[in-house]
Amino acid sequence: MANFDLRINGERVQVDVDPDTPVLWVLRDALQLVGTKYGCGVGQCGACTIHLDGVATRSCLLPVSAIGNQRITTIEGLSEKGNHPVQQAWIEHDVPQCGYCQAGQIMSAAALLEKNSNPSDAEIDLAMNGNLCRCGTYLRVKAAIKTAAGK
Amino acid sequence: MTIIKTTYNRRSFLKVSTAAGGGLVLGFNWLTSCTPTPEEVLAMPEEWFRVNAFLKIGDNGMVTILSPNPEIGQNVKTSMPMVVAEELDVDWDMVIVEQAPLDTDAFTRQVAGGSQSIRQGWQSLRMAGATARQLLLAAAAQQWQVPVSELTTDQGVIQHVASGKTIGYGEVASLAATLAVPEEVPLKDPKDFKIIGTSRKNVDGKKIATGEPLFGLDYHKDGMLIAMIVHAPAFGMKIKSLDDLAAKSMPGIRDVFVINTNPERDERMMQTFAFPDMVAVVGNSTWEVMQAKKKLVVEWESASPQESSALHDERLEQLLTERKPEPDRKDGNPDAAFASAVKIVERSYSAPFLAHNPMEPMNFFADVQTDKAELVGPIQTPQSMRKMVADLTGLAEEQISVMMTRQGGGFGRRLYGHFGVEAALISQQVKAPVKLIYTREDDMTYGTYRPAYKVVYRAGLDADNNLVAFHVKGAGTHGSPIFANRFPAGAVDHYLAESFTKPSNISTGAWRAPRSNFIAFAEQSFLDELAEVAGKDPIALRLELFDRAAAAPVGETNDYDPERYAGVLKLVREKSGWGQDMPGVHRGVSAYFCHNTYVAQVVDVVMTNDKPVVQKVWCAVDCGIVVNPDAARNQIEGGIVDGLGHGLFSAMTFEEGRPKHSNFNTYRLIRHAEAPKAIEVFFMDNGLDPTGLGEPSLPPIMAAFANALKKATGERLTNQPFVQETDVLG
Ligand code: FES
Ligand code: FES
Repeated sequence: MANFDLRINGERVQVDVDPDTPVLWVLRDALQLVGTKYGCGVGQCGACTIHLDGVATRSCLLPVSAIGNQRITTIEGLSEKGNHPVQQAWIEHDVPQCGYCQAGQIMSAAALLEKNSNPSDAEIDLAMNGNLCRCGTYLRVKAAIKTAAGK
Repeated sequence: MTIIKTTYNRRSFLKVSTAAGGGLVLGFNWLTSCTPTPEEVLAMPEEWFRVNAFLKIGDNGMVTILSPNPEIGQNVKTSMPMVVAEELDVDWDMVIVEQAPLDTDAFTRQVAGGSQSIRQGWQSLRMAGATARQLLLAAAAQQWQVPVSELTTDQGVIQHVASGKTIGYGEVASLAATLAVPEEVPLKDPKDFKIIGTSRKNVDGKKIATGEPLFGLDYHKDGMLIAMIVHAPAFGMKIKSLDDLAAKSMPGIRDVFVINTNPERDERMMQTFAFPDMVAVVGNSTWEVMQAKKKLVVEWESASPQESSALHDERLEQLLTERKPEPDRKDGNPDAAFASAVKIVERSYSAPFLAHNPMEPMNFFADVQTDKAELVGPIQTPQSMRKMVADLTGLAEEQISVMMTRQGGGFGRRLYGHFGVEAALISQQVKAPVKLIYTREDDMTYGTYRPAYKVVYRAGLDADNNLVAFHVKGAGTHGSPIFANRFPAGAVDHYLAESFTKPSNISTGAWRAPRSNFIAFAEQSFLDELAEVAGKDPIALRLELFDRAAAAPVGETNDYDPERYAGVLKLVREKSGWGQDMPGVHRGVSAYFCHNTYVAQVVDVVMTNDKPVVQKVWCAVDCGIVVNPDAARNQIEGGIVDGLGHGLFSAMTFEEGRPKHSNFNTYRLIRHAEAPKAIEVFFMDNGLDPTGLGEPSLPPIMAAFANALKKATGERLTNQPFVQETDVLG
């Protein structure tokens, strides 16, 4: 076990965990931030997507010891009132079915729009291809990204 | 307006309304209590009055509607309460929805499966709302000393037109909760619906978009431990020996032991408990338990022969060469009709095992004590899970509570609640609350898989290209895919359907639209081939057969209404502009009926860099009244993407009993870029009672795609998944 001083959602938090622990499980088990989801643990589904200094990153393969001073943003910290343009667009398009993959989809989409405020269909496909949705909400995800892109 | 008797399930209304009379404040459960939105907090009433099992009315007119059925992404948590609210006649903005726990006294059929939630709940949901409304009216009538018949309601307000008096539901709720339930209640005329038929947002939409705890895997209780299992690496194996010394000494580990969910190895239970004995590892955190699992040294031994996919293939091939003495159905004289047919078309089709792979892996919370147990988590069949837990823990069913969380997908996988039983046994052993979590690998390699299927179709045409003989023969690893009384039974004079099955020790089960998910592909691909040989337009050929089935049906039992079937085909023909010349666009059509719903689809394929791209799917649906149209479209879109994805890419195979795929790096699922570019859905507006919605759009899609692909490439693909079959798709 070791102590880590992390910057999560604008706050400093201390955790005492095994240095190999993936950030996903630090968030979910140690900090009760369960919005970030476990889907595969091998970087294939995107359910665990967070932002590391603003870049969409899979937290299931990222050991807590590798974080250092980088800023972590989770779905809970994406906006103060749940009103990030991407979150609003998600509600407007009523994107979710089961909803389980959606935190990861939203985090990937928000990071994409941060870099590219007006992505083409091909750019959306490329940025979002790592986020599986078993319920098949892909068309709505794309439509919601386009709505958010305008904001 | 219809008058219905309230006898159905009245016991629960009486019991709850008298027990709760006089203003019972029911505590919110974990799933909503810790996370009411700020808007909800502001609107919270001081007191809630429980009027019946489905609803509570607050003194300020807010209404809480309990959604009885498990929510697996089919959106019943929004649509079922909409039906209650409609008959109650309240403003939807005044409604809070809460998930009901398992309560067999209050509710019937708390199951998510077979696309039946709305269809079977339709009457009881409407009655719940209508009965409550009637009680509120009776209370107002009593207060004002006027006859009930002079009162009307509008969006949560009762009016007495003659005197101009009005009163809100909240103000009479306390009195209403003490009144006797009326014998009969009026139901609205569907043309007066204000909520049903209008699109309402997912009641959990904001919580999903902000990452609130909603799912089973998110559940937390103080003092809770984390548990994981290690099951045999191959079907047909059991534990020989266990060395857990190293695992037990890992940091954060509390205990390691063997549990057995089917101690007698009862054959009838083996399809749910394919791995009856397994090692349980219990510790403080998920990561620590995952690490300890790797330190276990388990020796396994054979309990029954281990099977490979090659063996399954052989078996199914073999079965299809046999002739059944007792066919599922026989009309006319098929042998003679084939002998005299001018043309005969024959084709076989196959599909592999499929894993369900809901995005949220199996998990369950259990806190088993000596005299009671609490179970919380994602389950499609809470009642049968409770029964199994009672049997194995020795508790009575009444001592066990079950709460359903929101579920990260089901697709049939959560019909088989062995994971809840495992969680309960582990909790009982460690005497502490535990949350059992499957890794993705645990989940994918302990499936209740869609079985592998093979089918052969044969059709005979006469000199005028009329279909005169039809023969379908189907075989499956655990269950045949044949529905003998479905189309084209009833439309052909000489018809034969035969089913073959071979049991397996690999557990199989219901996978979204069971059997239909394969047979629709085979049947509707075959009809296209038939149309080609007969030189007919594929829609015209199908309509011709429906005309026949409507005018002079063959046989006694035909499981479909040919006119409604033809209706969706005509609708999709019109909407898609079928028959128009569209350069570069290759079109295929398909139609199927299952879960009481009719669906017809046209798929437009364009070739881009020599690869087929689904440019658009046109989809006509007859599911009767659509409760929540935009959410219904979401379901239809999802079924299309799901069906296309699995038919194109997915397969589970076995080697010596071992599942060859255990995660998404080798088990391929459809991704964003591969989804159709557009889907347009058209609902038949016929005012009939609602039917299934979560499954019926899946079965027809692969045939529509295969039929379009045939036009685009000249090749007819018959074995799923298509990407294995040809590199055109890549
Ligand atoms: S859980 Fe991290 S990518 Fe799937
Ligand atoms: S909404 Fe269910 S997995 Fe995406």
